[in-house]
Amino acid sequence: MSDLARTRADFPILHQQVNGKPLVYLDNGATSQKPRAVIDALVHYYERDNSNVHRGLHTLSMRATDAYEGARTRIAKFIHAADPAEIIFTRGTTESINIVARSWAQAHLKPGDVILTTEMEHHSNLVPWQQAAKAAGATLNYIPVLGADAEGGLDYAALDTLLTPAVKLLAFTHISNTLGTVNDAAELCRRARAVGAVTLIDAAQSIGHAPIDVQTLGCDFLVFSGHKMCGPTGIGVLYGRRALLDKLAPDETGGGMVVTVTYEGANWKPSPERHEAGTPNVADAIALGAACDYIDTIGREAIAAHDHHLGAVAMEKLSAIPGIRIIGPRLGQPRAGLVSFGFPDVHAHDIVTFADEDGLALRGGHHCNQPLMRKLGLTSTTRASFYFYNTAQEIDVLVASLRRIQKFFVG
Amino acid sequence: MSADLSELYQQVILDHNRRPRNRGKLPTANRVAHGNNPSCGDECSVYLQLDGDRITNLSFDGSGCAISQASASLMTTQLKGKTAAETQKLYDDFHHIVTTGEAPEDISDLAAFAGVHTFPARIKCATLGWHAALNALKGDPLPATTETHKD
Ligand SMILES: Cc1ncc(COP(=O)(O)O)c(C=O)c1O
Repeated sequence: MSDLARTRADFPILHQQVNGKPLVYLDNGATSQKPRAVIDALVHYYERDNSNVHRGLHTLSMRATDAYEGARTRIAKFIHAADPAEIIFTRGTTESINIVARSWAQAHLKPGDVILTTEMEHHSNLVPWQQAAKAAGATLNYIPVLGADAEGGLDYAALDTLLTPAVKLLAFTHISNTLGTVNDAAELCRRARAVGAVTLIDAAQSIGHAPIDVQTLGCDFLVFSGHKMCGPTGIGVLYGRRALLDKLAPDETGGGMVVTVTYEGANWKPSPERHEAGTPNVADAIALGAACDYIDTIGREAIAAHDHHLGAVAMEKLSAIPGIRIIGPRLGQPRAGLVSFGFPDVHAHDIVTFADEDGLALRGGHHCNQPLMRKLGLTSTTRASFYFYNTAQEIDVLVASLRRIQKFFVG
Repeated sequence: MSADLSELYQQVILDHNRRPRNRGKLPTANRVAHGNNPSCGDECSVYLQLDGDRITNLSFDGSGCAISQASASLMTTQLKGKTAAETQKLYDDFHHIVTTGEAPEDISDLAAFAGVHTFPARIKCATLGWHAALNALKGDPLPATTETHKD
């Protein structure tokens, strides 16, 4: 058995037929599949250790607490955080961004301040900043995306004029879920720091795909979702530098995060408890720790290389289809393992419905990126997004299916 | 191609998708309503020229999948001369067709959409233009979205 076949064997869901054809799962940008080890971690927890954390002195509660805090430590190591207390468990990327957009923005933004983001953000890293800017009387500015097909990526030259001392926060995506563009996160953080701005990296698309080191990146906050990196849904992370998190007012209050409560008021524990009111999502946090273990047995360098290979194969084969419009980096330029494309005469939804007949799972739509789509003169694209268990043969299935669809609609 | 898929993409639908009827703004329109499907970005505007509560002329404009565009196009060929009550009745029949796959005998080309019922995710596509038309008839200033109307 080849390495790839052995890896695929770890994912029970991949071995099924859809509409009578072998499943070809190319919607990893939306969510990844789960290996047996992660599913087993969930089952093991509920069958053996389930208990509430941080408050019981009995054996199960201690086991659950150890496993939960062990997961925190594991994740800190996964992103090379200086301290496990810098890892806050949340529901996912969206909740993590909202916490910063409420708590941090409320405490630090004044009228006239600027929040800077980019034109390629997922709605999750856009709408919360619009809300925060409105609430504070601040302005939201955008680093432009260059090129008619966004092939030029971010306009780094524009930073000279955009990054003024009025910029208090720069929030940007590491990898665009729509374009496949890989942003120079370390450079963006360095430039922002030079004007005293705080940085937030949306690592939703990069976390399970490449080595991530928050200290080398030099960011203040980094956010991601477990479900895009082989973990369960409903769990994600807000990483923040300890100095920031310990000063940040809690977004939610309640049990577990307080030191002393009187009828008159209460005060807060330091991070991480300060930001985790109520019974946390213990099971999914533990399974996310298992996902880190699993991904590191594959190796993130190897995953990045495989993504890159599949991205390049897909670019070459898709570019050869007449009439196709591919957005994001051009053929031969660096890109993440995903490709978004469109045809003038066939709508993305018709493509997705047809491709499903061939067992293909694709994404069609605006990818939670409406302003960027509008800028590119599009309403939707079809996206194929890869992970380490995908094969080059699956790209052949995709290309054959697209050619058949094109023939059907265009003749 | 599977039977379900050829049921969905009937010749009538493909034809309306390739050569939409009554497409573009209607200069004589006295009512307009916009419809959108926020989950996929499909858009459809319907322009009505009303005489009392009778549609004397209509057109549509927008962008979206073959199902949504063909449905809006076909709808414009069916509603000319209809009153508001007749339009509502025709929509109820159409809704029944796309959700159950059962078409009344006398229902003409609308029956081509019977195949939609095996693809529940596409029912919203088929009804988008109709929602906009019904809103335009009511003079409803709100855009019709597939999220505020029940399919
Ligand atoms: C770049 C990016 N940011 C944010 C999100 C939102 O993640 P979640 O829905 O898990 O909160 C996604 C998910 O699609 C994404 O791709």
